[in-house]
Amino acid sequence: MKKNHCSNKRLQYVKKNWQLYIFFLLPAVVLTFIFKYIPMGGILIAFKDYNAFKGILGSEWVGLKYFERFISSPDFMRYLLNTLKLSLFGLLWGFPVPILLALILNRVRREGIKRKIQLLIYLPNFISVIVLCGMVKIFLSPVGPVNSFLGTSTDFMSMPEAFRTIYIASGIWQGAGWGSILYTAALSNSSQELTEAAVVDGANVFQQIWHVDLPAIKNVIVIQFILQAGNIMSIGFEKAYALQTDMNIPASEILATYVYKIGLLNGDYGFSTAVGLFNSIINVILLVFVNKVVSKLNDGQGI
Amino acid sequence: MRARRKPFADQVFYFIGYFLLGMFTLAIIIPIFYVLVASFMDPTVLQNKGITFDFSKWSTDAYRRVFENRMIWVGFRNSIIYSVSFTIVSVGVTVLAAYPMSKKDLVGKKIFNTFFIITMFFGGGLVPTYLLISNLNMLDSIWAIILPNAFNVWNMILARTYYQSIPAELREASSMDGASEIVHFFKILFPICKPIIAVLALYQFVGMWNSYFDPMIYLNNAEMQPLQLVLRSILIQNTPEPGMIADIEGLAEMAKIAELLKYSTIVVSSIPLLIMYPFFQKYFDKGIMVGSVKG
Repeated sequence: MKKNHCSNKRLQYVKKNWQLYIFFLLPAVVLTFIFKYIPMGGILIAFKDYNAFKGILGSEWVGLKYFERFISSPDFMRYLLNTLKLSLFGLLWGFPVPILLALILNRVRREGIKRKIQLLIYLPNFISVIVLCGMVKIFLSPVGPVNSFLGTSTDFMSMPEAFRTIYIASGIWQGAGWGSILYTAALSNSSQELTEAAVVDGANVFQQIWHVDLPAIKNVIVIQFILQAGNIMSIGFEKAYALQTDMNIPASEILATYVYKIGLLNGDYGFSTAVGLFNSIINVILLVFVNKVVSKLNDGQGI
Repeated sequence: MRARRKPFADQVFYFIGYFLLGMFTLAIIIPIFYVLVASFMDPTVLQNKGITFDFSKWSTDAYRRVFENRMIWVGFRNSIIYSVSFTIVSVGVTVLAAYPMSKKDLVGKKIFNTFFIITMFFGGGLVPTYLLISNLNMLDSIWAIILPNAFNVWNMILARTYYQSIPAELREASSMDGASEIVHFFKILFPICKPIIAVLALYQFVGMWNSYFDPMIYLNNAEMQPLQLVLRSILIQNTPEPGMIADIEGLAEMAKIAELLKYSTIVVSSIPLLIMYPFFQKYFDKGIMVGSVKG
């Protein structure tokens, strides 16, 4: 009886506020359904022998054939490790830099200079992947400025062992400045009075940073870490693909580029979907895991 | 009160800190500066000596070649069309959806929230999405790159957080005056929310301007290629547009010019960014404040 009354009330709300649903929400819901949920249904391809004429539903089931083929192939470990290493090392090297930048910037007392430095270090964030990789390739080419500076003619782009360094260093070059924005904002919001109190107490800069600045940005650090660690497997296709050369494939072929090649270039739809699915399942597991661990370390506060 | 000398530890901090900050800033300036200067070099001088500040060796030949190339202009035109349309559609859908989601009492809020959030962490992947676009007959059409990512959940969360910072009494007041939700949104809320809309527009515009993957897989027609794909063939695949070097004799000469063209192409393609950057910067702080609020 009571439940019925309740659902009546809800129905009345929807009737009275129909505009909220029809005008405001409907476009987003329709777009999300068509372009996000229908492809999720398309994951069935990973278990089927896809035939364009029969369609996804009409094609024959093949069970876990593609997964077995992938996991038993020698490429599997290599691509998985390439993906993991690229993003793990990227996180390891890349994560602290924006924090460090923000902590130092926060101590620059001359507002004008601080502002100028900020404008400069934010700039690379707006450069496109193609231009960034184009610059990397020009600078590192055997006849490029780096080689003429060193007096050598090494072809860095053909060296598998150089790929990760190039990828990660250029990532820091492009993203660290912009990444510091969040921490800078959190710092400027909070610590002025506390810092003054610490100065009166005779704390030196290191002690101020440890006891005032770091606690002020701790939450932002935690959120950023969860978000980035949870995205380890969804490392971007665009940059890896643009930096790939025939020679550095042993290090630069990651799952995302592999999925593209076997799927869209070779037309092996089922296999490609299976590899993609494998990738996103690991990603979800990682995200849940990282969130659990971090929230345990952070007094029960995850995301 | 006499000024106290800074403790030794502080001096160490400022020395190391400023040094690192200086190095990082230089590391950003030098490559950008190098590209800019190199784009004005004579190709032979550039290859043999690198950049020089002997202005008699400078030339604008590379720029003439870039500007005379039709594909660069086609790319510019397409990129402007795509980025503007994407920004309008995307920001429109996103800020609209964020409004009901910002209401505490919205019936079904939890369901909608879950429905949207799931897509942030899980998706169909490349091939199923590609097959869908192809089945919808959207290959080689602008919709293929605009619609699939038009609704951005993360941006919706940012807009929602912004709405929630606005006092709810505003809606109560306009409701007394008999304003419907739609009227309230456009007449009252929209003007207040300009900062967040500007920030989202900036993100979406830059995102579309810089993207190359979706156009690469969905647009095969050369006439529809955005600037990034034109740049890709020049910078990454090392194949300048044939027209750019048609008049050059000898492979070695061609290679030199092709190398030089990379620098000038980078500069030309960055001009819109450089023009817009000063306008962006006043929104940086606001965007940050919005972005730093936990969703």
